[in-house]
Amino acid sequence: MKYKILKINIITVCILLLFSVLTGCGNAENSNKASGSSHNNSITLLNVSYDPTRELYQEYNEAFIKYWKKKTGEIVTVQQSHGGSGSQARTVIDGNEADVVTLALAYDIDSINKNKELINKEWQKRLPDNSTPYTSTIVFLVRKGNPKNIKDWDDLVKPGIQVITPNPKTSGGARWNYLAAWGYALKKNNNDREKAREFVSQLYENVPVLDSGARGATTTFVERGLGDVLIAWENEAFLSINELGKDKFEIVVPSVSILAEPPVSVVDSVVDKKGTRKAAEAYLQYLYSDEGQEIAAKNYYRPRDQNIEKKYEAQFPKINLFTIDEVFGGWNKAQQEHFSDGGVFDQIYIKK
Amino acid sequence: MAGSLPLNHKVLNTYQKRPEKKSGAVRIILTVLALLFFILMLFIPLISVFVKAFQQGAQVYLAAVSDPMALEAIKLTLLTIIIVVPINTGFGLVASWAVSKFSFKGKNLLVTIIDLPFAISPVVAGLIFVLLFSTSHGILAPVLNEFGIKVIFAPPGIILATLFVTLPFVARELIPLMEAQGTSEEEAALTLGASGFKTFLLITLPNVKWALTYGVMLTAARAAGEFGAVSVVSGHIRGLTNTVPLHVEILYNEYKFSAAFAVASLLTVIAIINLIIKNIADWKIKQQEK
Repeated sequence: MKYKILKINIITVCILLLFSVLTGCGNAENSNKASGSSHNNSITLLNVSYDPTRELYQEYNEAFIKYWKKKTGEIVTVQQSHGGSGSQARTVIDGNEADVVTLALAYDIDSINKNKELINKEWQKRLPDNSTPYTSTIVFLVRKGNPKNIKDWDDLVKPGIQVITPNPKTSGGARWNYLAAWGYALKKNNNDREKAREFVSQLYENVPVLDSGARGATTTFVERGLGDVLIAWENEAFLSINELGKDKFEIVVPSVSILAEPPVSVVDSVVDKKGTRKAAEAYLQYLYSDEGQEIAAKNYYRPRDQNIEKKYEAQFPKINLFTIDEVFGGWNKAQQEHFSDGGVFDQIYIKK
Repeated sequence: MAGSLPLNHKVLNTYQKRPEKKSGAVRIILTVLALLFFILMLFIPLISVFVKAFQQGAQVYLAAVSDPMALEAIKLTLLTIIIVVPINTGFGLVASWAVSKFSFKGKNLLVTIIDLPFAISPVVAGLIFVLLFSTSHGILAPVLNEFGIKVIFAPPGIILATLFVTLPFVARELIPLMEAQGTSEEEAALTLGASGFKTFLLITLPNVKWALTYGVMLTAARAAGEFGAVSVVSGHIRGLTNTVPLHVEILYNEYKFSAAFAVASLLTVIAIINLIIKNIADWKIKQQEK
């Protein structure tokens, strides 16, 4: 008798188990429907961006929302997502439905097409200036008074100097940092690759920790007080000085640096599916407008527009800039050679 | 051999005497050490969260907590708790009942599966969901695309990841207690003619109600605080897929330290409430045993 009852109970257990699992899935789907709702007169754009653009797009989004409402009557909401450029590209590959991507470098946008072509291959030709509405460069941030007397790239390889820079494998900014150092070393040594390699290798021997993103590296330097010099985006360096006090840090401008071109693109597969192409394209085009350029300049990105560049001339120090195309033959080549598995960076860093 | 015995005896004697003298000092040292450790590792960090949160005044605190993005994050976290806690409570109750009151084939397997989320790193747990639900290369991609369902980089993904991570908490609280209580009371009820369900409702459930309360609290606390797995499936879309812990990280990375700690203090309050309820539950369980 007892046995029978127990057996029935086991069956109830199984049914209850199954039931609880099923209700779990059901609930998840319901909440999905609720979040995906959209009205005729309002649309939502998702901008998947990299770390240091948080403040830039916060300001720009407000400006664009006003502009778009005035022009079309449509109410746009722009959702932002920030992180290391490489990992942000990864989420788009994995299915994060970004209408536009505004990443740190062209290679990361190219890599979104790795599995499936989500973005038109010719994306970089769709907007002016290689689809980079603003540029930046790489500078040094040092502690107030420059106690280690850091003036140029040569000072970073001296023994006893601690250099903070993020991991080039995951961070776009870190790749620009790395290539800026290479470019400098090549120029200095008459394009002798061996010597340049030695220089960069020495530099990375002075790096105590590799953060995964530019913002993380800044926090390491600024908040945790680690290191003597931070190699950083120019805009990031300006921002940390403004946010955390001019009495604590100084910017040091090296003699030579790289012209960093953070590109933007519409993600074709997403905007066609969601029907947001018109607004998404306008969103990127408006970055080239006077207002967009001015907001970029205010957030310490170097504007493309010459009038606005002139207006903010005093803000940006003059640096001898080289482009990645000139020195490294473009992103794909640089990525292959330096940052792929077993590439030059791996060889340098493993040696350490 | 014989000569060594008295020596041993002596040693024993001195040992027996010493503890009384020493125990006072040792006890004090150990107590002080434990207290110091407690203060250093728990008390000071907890206090510092609140100090930092209120560093720029109550206004900054209130502004940070009532910021629209913060409210969205709180909403999402609450939604997650509301969905996850009942499901995992139901599962935990049923599973621990099955495991401790019955013997069946595959019982060990069930226990192992329940423990799995404890053993797996949250990052891996998150990546499992990416592999399953990614709309570009996930195993379930064809189904998801066919019906236009979004799981990861949307609230359902966050809820699923939290569901996975918090699965063991209720069961892990209940199984040891239920096993200790044995099946005698249930058997008595069954022989007196009560149905299986009635036995469960009137005997098993009241016996474990405080352990269950604690399990539920733990589940809720972890659901509110889970970072790793949620971070992987979130996509960090502000106002849509940011939970409270993710929002704290964002604020911290934007140099808004006071705001970050203000929001973090909400999580800390949940933890403190949780501790209080745990103590009440512990006390009640002990009373029950008497």
